Amino acid sequence: MHDIVVTVNGLARSLNGIPTHTTALDWLRETGLPGSKEGCAEGECGACAMLLATPTPDGGTAWTPVNACLVPAAALNGQEIVTAEGLGGPDDLHPVQAKLAEAGGSQCGYCTPGFACSMAGEYYRADRAPQEIGATPDVAATATEHDAACPAGADGRPAHDAGHDAEHGPNGFDLHALSGNLCRCTGYRPIRDAAYTLGSPEADDELAARRLRPAPEPVPTDLAVDGNRFVRPGTLDEALRMLHDEPTAVLVAGSTDWGVEVNLRGRRAPLVIAIEQLDELRGLEIGDDVIEIGAALPLSEIERRLDGRVPLLAKLLPQFASRLIRNRGTIGGNLGTGSPIGDTPPALLALGARIVLASVDGEREVDLAEYFTGYRQTVRAGDELIRAIRIPLPLAPVTGFHKIAKRRFDDISSVAVAFALDIRDGIVVDARIGLGGVAATPLRARATEAALIGRPWNIATVRAASAVLRTEGTPMSDHRASSEYRSLMLGTSLLKLYSTTVIESKEVSA
Amino acid sequence: MSALAERPANPVVGLNAAHESAKLHVTGAAMYTDDLAAQTVGTLTAWPVQSTNAHARVTIDVAPAYDVRGVVRVLTAADVPGINDAGIKHDEPLFPSEAMFYGHALVWVLGETQEAARLGAEAVRVEYEPLPSYITVQEAIAAESFQGIARTVVRGDAAEAMAASDRVFEGVTEFGGQEHFYLETHASFAIRDSEGQYFVQCSTQHPSETQEIVAHVLGIPSNEVTVQSLRMGGAFGGKEMQPHGFAAIAALGAKLTGRPVRLRLNRTQDITMTGKRHPFHIEWKVGLTADGMLQALEATLTADGGWSIDLSEPVLGRALCHLDNAYWIPNVHADGRIVKTNKTSQTAFRGFGGPQGVFLIEDILGRVAPALGIAPADLRRRNFYRQGQSTPYGQLVKDAGRIEAIWSELLADSDFAARTAEIEAFNATSPDLKRALAITPVKFGISFNFAAFNQAGALVHVYKDGSVLINHGGTEMGQGLHTKMLQVAATALGLELHQVRLAPTRTDKVPNTSATAASSGADLNGGAVKNACEQIRDRIAKVAGRLLDVDERDVRFEAGRVSGLGKPGSLAFADVVNAAYLQRVQLWAAGYYRTEGLHWNPDIMQGSPFKYFAYGCAATEVEVDGFTGAYRVRRVDIVHDVGDSLSPMIDIGQIEGAFVQGMGWLTLEELRWDESDGPHRGRLQTQSASTYKLPSFSEMPEEFHVRLFERATEDGAVYGSKAVGEPPFMLGFSAREAIREAVGAFGPAEHSVELGSPATPEAVFWAIESARAAASVLDGAVENTATPATDAAGGPPPVRETVDA
Repeated sequence: MHDIVVTVNGLARSLNGIPTHTTALDWLRETGLPGSKEGCAEGECGACAMLLATPTPDGGTAWTPVNACLVPAAALNGQEIVTAEGLGGPDDLHPVQAKLAEAGGSQCGYCTPGFACSMAGEYYRADRAPQEIGATPDVAATATEHDAACPAGADGRPAHDAGHDAEHGPNGFDLHALSGNLCRCTGYRPIRDAAYTLGSPEADDELAARRLRPAPEPVPTDLAVDGNRFVRPGTLDEALRMLHDEPTAVLVAGSTDWGVEVNLRGRRAPLVIAIEQLDELRGLEIGDDVIEIGAALPLSEIERRLDGRVPLLAKLLPQFASRLIRNRGTIGGNLGTGSPIGDTPPALLALGARIVLASVDGEREVDLAEYFTGYRQTVRAGDELIRAIRIPLPLAPVTGFHKIAKRRFDDISSVAVAFALDIRDGIVVDARIGLGGVAATPLRARATEAALIGRPWNIATVRAASAVLRTEGTPMSDHRASSEYRSLMLGTSLLKLYSTTVIESKEVSA
Repeated sequence: MSALAERPANPVVGLNAAHESAKLHVTGAAMYTDDLAAQTVGTLTAWPVQSTNAHARVTIDVAPAYDVRGVVRVLTAADVPGINDAGIKHDEPLFPSEAMFYGHALVWVLGETQEAARLGAEAVRVEYEPLPSYITVQEAIAAESFQGIARTVVRGDAAEAMAASDRVFEGVTEFGGQEHFYLETHASFAIRDSEGQYFVQCSTQHPSETQEIVAHVLGIPSNEVTVQSLRMGGAFGGKEMQPHGFAAIAALGAKLTGRPVRLRLNRTQDITMTGKRHPFHIEWKVGLTADGMLQALEATLTADGGWSIDLSEPVLGRALCHLDNAYWIPNVHADGRIVKTNKTSQTAFRGFGGPQGVFLIEDILGRVAPALGIAPADLRRRNFYRQGQSTPYGQLVKDAGRIEAIWSELLADSDFAARTAEIEAFNATSPDLKRALAITPVKFGISFNFAAFNQAGALVHVYKDGSVLINHGGTEMGQGLHTKMLQVAATALGLELHQVRLAPTRTDKVPNTSATAASSGADLNGGAVKNACEQIRDRIAKVAGRLLDVDERDVRFEAGRVSGLGKPGSLAFADVVNAAYLQRVQLWAAGYYRTEGLHWNPDIMQGSPFKYFAYGCAATEVEVDGFTGAYRVRRVDIVHDVGDSLSPMIDIGQIEGAFVQGMGWLTLEELRWDESDGPHRGRLQTQSASTYKLPSFSEMPEEFHVRLFERATEDGAVYGSKAVGEPPFMLGFSAREAIREAVGAFGPAEHSVELGSPATPEAVFWAIESARAAASVLDGAVENTATPATDAAGGPPPVRETVDA
């Protein structure tokens, strides 16, 4: 067997002999790189963030921040990663580290290495578009107005002038890049200031230069330790054959769900099959009558490549967990777990998506509305994997996505509602509504759809349909929300959608 | 000005300084307790067996654990050579025979790896003989399950004043606890050294007490145990009392195996095992004049202490001492008591009861303002303490005029009047989104209520080359204490910042220290560091005086040079130091500080427990979505009093961080326990980062302006500064009050808004429904809301006016 080797901060390190369930985080810490921290072990806090060299569509490399606590170390065979230690040292700070340090961006410092990595990922994002020269000093200038006693540059608010908004800096920095990193000390303002004053990489920046060369190729892997195996098949056929022989094998792509099971619930699997680097699962094709999205394409890659082409997904994706999770998480994984509170199912149901299941016997296509059969149960057979989803075209012209959660970034839905309506000449001619969090499975709000179709799109119709929508599903009470609130949120979601589609929104007041 | 407060020319204190470990933080080079363990060969890992019953006698069979490969030892009560207790009150058995809460650690398994220890713990068999359990405060009150000493604060005659009041309201105020969620979970790492002594690295705010507990568990004197707290990845009070037992487990493991032992809780263990902010249930009655002047307050505060007494008594004491916040209430009768429930042992958390006391009066004012027909900001302002008035516990409110001064500066800074008008115009045309701008003050007493804790020590070494190494008893948890201490030492010795270095906090350097708590770290340790430095400076001033041909009193130390008053030229500090060494002058000193003028009688709750008060005001604007109850914080302005800041960037960081943390407690962070009679009764349902949500980037105010109150010298503290850690936590109330006012905008003007706490989107939505219902009743319209709000939300009963003259 070949050595299993990962390039960490430019140097090769062997993975031989580690238990197959070992996370990248534990492995890094045990091999003398304790800069990455464990804050939650479930991909919520980002203290473990590291940069992974991933392929870009143009054949180059992106430095993609991911949660090291969720990635199996064995999945990194042949890959390249960079940790906070690799960005720079105390005497040789990386620009991101220098900005964080001087802005007061660290207090206790425990979350800081993860922030540095997430921030570096955004620093190196190829399409991050800096503003015109002079934008950065403006930040400091606007700061002084209210904050004469504040240290220079320490104030918060860049003005709402052209080119940036509440979630983007004048240098093009997207604050969502930090949505998966929690800090309990600072209140975030100095971290934002550090991010918004970053420049662009210098000409001699090695990590910037690395982007121009191809990312590491997938390396077929078969690691067996103490009776457990981690396998990365080289081809889809190989994966399907293996799944045919071992239908109870655990399939992992981003491992953002399985990693939590391993870390928090102590689950161990005799066989884990990694499929996220299979070409057949990573396509994204926009045809004349269908958009096909590979099941193992990371969600942020989908977001970037669709670039608003599917408005409903464009509304959903920024609300799906955090950027750190979206950099690994996939549609296949979100559908594969069959969870009733996944965020993609309501949207895909509203889009009328179909799911492509592959096995050694070939492929079959299933309407997503027929896919879920019970709590975390689906029609997928043990020897099948989700290869892709297909979204029929044309898209419905009116769409909305309403996610109810305690927190705006990085939370799990109490209720999620997706709407796709076709309204012509003031009449609703078609309606698909997908719901999450209100039953044992994601579901279509069929009764509500019926209450809308064929009726004029006005407040009377919407009020009547809203009353129907409120009764769909059988929501329960738990630590996220009460059943009563969940039901009411279904109803108000339609009113809210209506208020955004009509100018005279004050008529909508409930 | 006092010698303590006076600053020399060109002091290093007052300059912006990055955190002394910033470069280590950002590169991952800063080591934390478990990082050290990860790099030590042969270290064993400890893993707990946790109770799955809220209250039960337990019978434990550990034998099966030894069948697991890699299990080295299971630690049980039989292994304890000293006292089987993790605390100082002797009500926290380290290895209990009775599980007192769901998650209680019963025994600990030591394994060669974490996996081995975890599997070993899974193999341990526990039989439970269930006992009655109390999960909610109401259950405990009904069962009269109390613990600790009840306290009462009295001033004047509240009953009589109530009877004479124009307006009397009564109500119930209830709010939840708060998980510290320091990013670094509890960690200890123990080694028995070559001399048989124990060296325990521990993420602790209170190394001396950790040392004492380790010693009493092992049955050895304190001089055989050294505890080091290198740095903590956050603490917020959660590492004041709670680390001791974990350190003792690690040390006991090291004793019994002869090997290094690490104990690091994972997040779920940390949340389910360790104490949190106390939830409170408060019944109250308030009397005011027709124009809104507070006349009388009667209240019964019940704190939920959890399964052991821990710090519940002083937390309750501070709550009783802060229910006035910034307001003059002439007649007060407040009873405080602590219930014992089968939950984690609630403990210190930033503010230490202060926020719970402030909650009461701010909730009252927010609720009664609409009924009085007075704008909440005006109602608050007219009740501020004036110069010369005293608190209900008998302490003069020093510098009371600063409340009004800060308030009026903030009104101007935040453009309060114009924005209030803009918001009214916005709300008039916006049926579904409502905005509000609220302003609230804070007054917070500084010092430990328990007077003996107000002392500190330091050890300062000056080496022959002029370099300086300081040690003090305070711990670094991110608050920048070490940075401030370096600035204090550099100022006292007239050096540049880079000439001073700081060594980790350890009990063999400075003994008998107080916890780094009560915001007192810089006041106490700064006093001690300054004292040590001045002893050395005064000694070498004699040497320098001779070299410079001036009297020692005319020697000046500044920026690393030593000069004589009115003399040309100067000497390098290092040269003077070397000369002093050659003249056999002692170049190191132990420093000491005690806060003067404090006295407190806990039995009658009267005295002057605080050296001074810290003040601040915050103005927060929010926007609330009527469809969902979701809200956004649009802008926050703060003016806060830190005296003359020792380190402005660090102080501003403390204010911002405290504000967001306080806002998190009030609006987002929700602890939910299984209160059913099912098999998981008493289990914490929000036991992970995915279910317990703390503020993320999305909760950061879109605009965030923080300014320090100027010309604010505090005569009673080091270099004129004030404590900063806790007071700004309570600025978060402005966010809660803004949400309340925005909710109110959905209803009639006189509608009193009851807001559940935390004010999650769901709680806000139910409050909106109530406001709308009040509006439709007023309009004579048919009520069109779906569900009775307060029932569904489990919220408090509505405020009730009992007298309306």
